[in-house]
Amino acid sequence: MKKSDILVIDDEPQIRKLLEITLKTNDFDVIEAATAKEGLLKAKNNFPDLILLDLGLPDESGHEVLKKLREWYTKPVIILSVQSGEEDIIKALENGANDYLVKPFRTGELIARIRSSLRGSLKGIISYEGAKNELEIDLNLRIVKKNNELIKLTATEYDLLALFVKNEGRVLTHQYLLREIWGPGYLNQSQYLRVFIAQLRKKIETEPNQPEYILTESRVGYRFIAKINL
Amino acid sequence: MNSSSFQKFSPTKQYIVSILSVLIVSVGCYFLSDLIGYRVVALILLVTVSLIALFFDIKPVLLSAILSAVLWDFFFIPQKFTLAISSAEDLLMFMMYFIIALVHAVLTIKIRKMEKKASQKEEKENTLKLYSTLFNSLSHELKTPISTIIGAADNLHTMSDKLSEHNKYELVSEISKASLQLDRQVGNLLNMSRLESGFIKPKNDWFDVNELIYDVLNNLKDNVSEKPVHVAVKENLPLFKLDYGLLYQVLHNLIHNAATNIPKYSVITVRAFCNYNRLVIVVEDTGYGFPEDEIERVFEKFYRLKSSKTGGTGLGLSISKGFIESMGGTIKLENMPEGGAIFTIEIPSELSYINIGIKT
Repeated sequence: MKKSDILVIDDEPQIRKLLEITLKTNDFDVIEAATAKEGLLKAKNNFPDLILLDLGLPDESGHEVLKKLREWYTKPVIILSVQSGEEDIIKALENGANDYLVKPFRTGELIARIRSSLRGSLKGIISYEGAKNELEIDLNLRIVKKNNELIKLTATEYDLLALFVKNEGRVLTHQYLLREIWGPGYLNQSQYLRVFIAQLRKKIETEPNQPEYILTESRVGYRFIAKINL
Repeated sequence: MNSSSFQKFSPTKQYIVSILSVLIVSVGCYFLSDLIGYRVVALILLVTVSLIALFFDIKPVLLSAILSAVLWDFFFIPQKFTLAISSAEDLLMFMMYFIIALVHAVLTIKIRKMEKKASQKEEKENTLKLYSTLFNSLSHELKTPISTIIGAADNLHTMSDKLSEHNKYELVSEISKASLQLDRQVGNLLNMSRLESGFIKPKNDWFDVNELIYDVLNNLKDNVSEKPVHVAVKENLPLFKLDYGLLYQVLHNLIHNAATNIPKYSVITVRAFCNYNRLVIVVEDTGYGFPEDEIERVFEKFYRLKSSKTGGTGLGLSISKGFIESMGGTIKLENMPEGGAIFTIEIPSELSYINIGIKT
């Protein structure tokens, strides 16, 4: 199988070195760029399978680079950012980034994010084997089973879960979830989201307070994460 | 009496108050002038001017000095209702009155200025002291992990062939631990400077208290593994509308603090309930508690307990206090009678009961 190639756009040589070693050890090919200009050029020339983009570039803001990339680049972009607040992250996610990592990050986390971003959208029947309980979701028949037992979800709960499943491993912002499930008129009604997340967790998790499927991303959103049973 | 509160009077108010007091005292004296004699009136007016000088700026004081002199001359010195002074003795007294009033005014104001300078100097010295405390604790807190990282990396670099696999593993673990510590301290410093610069503006949004507490605990899993954390959140709590991120950091701080400082086999309990329109979160432990004489000081910036062995920059609790206050809330620390510390956070908040019994 051809190795996936990843373009790293970051101006810090130390970070590039670290990423290069980490990625190569995990069987990825690495292309490096130190500036926004170089990054955009290499993205066009190489059309990599995934781009790691630092938000703080010297010649142009990472947000601008992301916008330019998203005019034609359709594959995943993961944002790297220093601890600067959630606005930056939310903005990048809303502008088409697939995921984000805050520096300093664990390299294991980085690889997991890359793998789940590279995996395509899921279809059909998917079953997950969690540490506490199994979960099976049939996206065609709209059926959800926990430990092989049918569980009853309301329409909204199901839509929410299906959206998570289709974006397994990706962080979904509060705004995105509200817009997709309730519609653009509900962007300020985050209380609905809180309620439905709590209800959904009660139904699909063994310990709703210590969820293993729907994880909280403080201030940003939620992430559905699971090991797929193939 | 506290003179600074009077100095907050606007200049116009100072003039008005000065003139009024001189006038009122003069009128009072006018009715009594048959009883007390005009020379005593001069003394009374002088006292009035002195009192004004204690609190007000130089201009209103000078004005009241002049005004009172003129009033005294006009209404009290014989041949009333003229400014003329017939006897040499009265003329002398009038001039002396005028000079004493002026000197008095100038002197009191000079003293006040010196006092102000002295207090500024003291403030400066306090700031310097604060900075040296900062440097001491910071250089220690930052240099220790940095030294560890440099030393361990150096060993791995230069003596890689002599080190056993186990030693290498240990060195790498040390680097990893030290870098996490460094990250935490830098995070603290950044938060402190955000607070100091007034950069913290709470972004309130609806959240579920249960979710918040477990989110924090989940993140602290590795730190609190040896010390059990009980969670007692009241059933059917409404949603609150506060800044999740700020609360997250405060709870993280409090629980991390408790976990690193209490003895083995102690227990941490986190409670949450709703008191009228306020969210109350309590973090308590069964450790030793805080020394009674230091309880008042633990929220001060850079303050570290005298007995503190675990280090720390003394920023965590002051940041927590700053965050809670930025949301309009309070945080307090008490010792429990049976031992152990109890932190209580109270924040007024909008409530939503939509989460209780909604079906769609």
